[in-house]
Amino acid sequence: MSGIFQRMSMIFRAKADKALDRAEDPRETLDYSYQRQLELLQKVRRGVADVATSRKRVELQANGLNTQIDKLNAQAKKALEVGREDLAREALTRKSGLQQQLGDLQTQHAQLQGEEEKLVRASQRLQAKVDAFRTRKETIKATYSAAEAQTRINEAFTGIGEEMGDVGLAIQRAEDKTAEMQARAGAVDELIASGVLEDQTGQSKDDITLELERLASTSDVETELAAMKAALSGGSASTPAIEGQGTASQPAADQGAQPTAAPTEAPGQQVNGQTQAAQPNTRENR
Amino acid sequence: MIIRILGEGQFRVADAALADLNSADDAIEKAVAADDQQALSQALAALHAKVVAAGQPVADDELEDSDLILPAADASVEEVRELLEESQEGLLPG
Repeated sequence: MSGIFQRMSMIFRAKADKALDRAEDPRETLDYSYQRQLELLQKVRRGVADVATSRKRVELQANGLNTQIDKLNAQAKKALEVGREDLAREALTRKSGLQQQLGDLQTQHAQLQGEEEKLVRASQRLQAKVDAFRTRKETIKATYSAAEAQTRINEAFTGIGEEMGDVGLAIQRAEDKTAEMQARAGAVDELIASGVLEDQTGQSKDDITLELERLASTSDVETELAAMKAALSGGSASTPAIEGQGTASQPAADQGAQPTAAPTEAPGQQVNGQTQAAQPNTRENR
Repeated sequence: MIIRILGEGQFRVADAALADLNSADDAIEKAVAADDQQALSQALAALHAKVVAAGQPVADDELEDSDLILPAADASVEEVRELLEESQEGLLPG
């Protein structure tokens, strides 16, 4: 029955036989084979660690993308509040690009997780079989003559050989997948580093943020101007916004026009649009 | 009869349940020949489900070789072809 699967079984058996053929004293090769099994176990465990590392990296990247998406969302909202639909549209367009990336990352993450679980199970199976092999190996060495040992060894070898072949394939697959993920993860890192995601000007802020801040500082200045005018005409100096401004209304008004240009001069120092706009005034007026 | 699903371990399946598995062989061979990844994945997944349902997992510390070996459920057409091409018969064209 099942021609394909029988052929596959034959491949695995042929490989185990080949390993046996190299043996001169069958009992010595028991120890040699056991060594190789231990090496393979090490390899599986390293494989598990590699896949876990890749998975964590994907998780970090997804978190990064999520932060960016939230930020763009907030920007779009802010832009709409100040009546700049074009800016809001730009932010949402970028957001949808990032959401695609995030979807890809989530698929990759699920794949890596599946791969990791499989390898962990494979490692447990191999560990159990290696232990069983060791027990059988000691029994064979203690009890049987070389001729008898040969048959027993054949049995032990084919059983463990198949498991080793399977685990070997599993590691290979995991390695291939991990390498592929890492290449893709590298591409996302590059995207962030090249500023497509984070900023386009080499500054710590992207252009949407800068534009929003410029708008915010303009409107702050207007608000403050209005407040000062009200204070001058009203005569009350008790509110903090107009503190000590009785003699400085003209210079303050002149200063007020400058912060709109300031972001291009010293953007690195800005914390946000509001403090940036408010500071020059209060400093000048003290 | 012991069946190994690559990456999943071994299952002991009663001979009576085997007849049901025969049909899958054709489907898989055709899917590989036709380069049809979707058909292959479907056939493999269906076959695995049958094996797991009909069989008992072989204990981890048992050292037995399998009578049949099945590719993993997410195996690609290329992987299965490679596995088959390693056999001396080279049954598959191309």
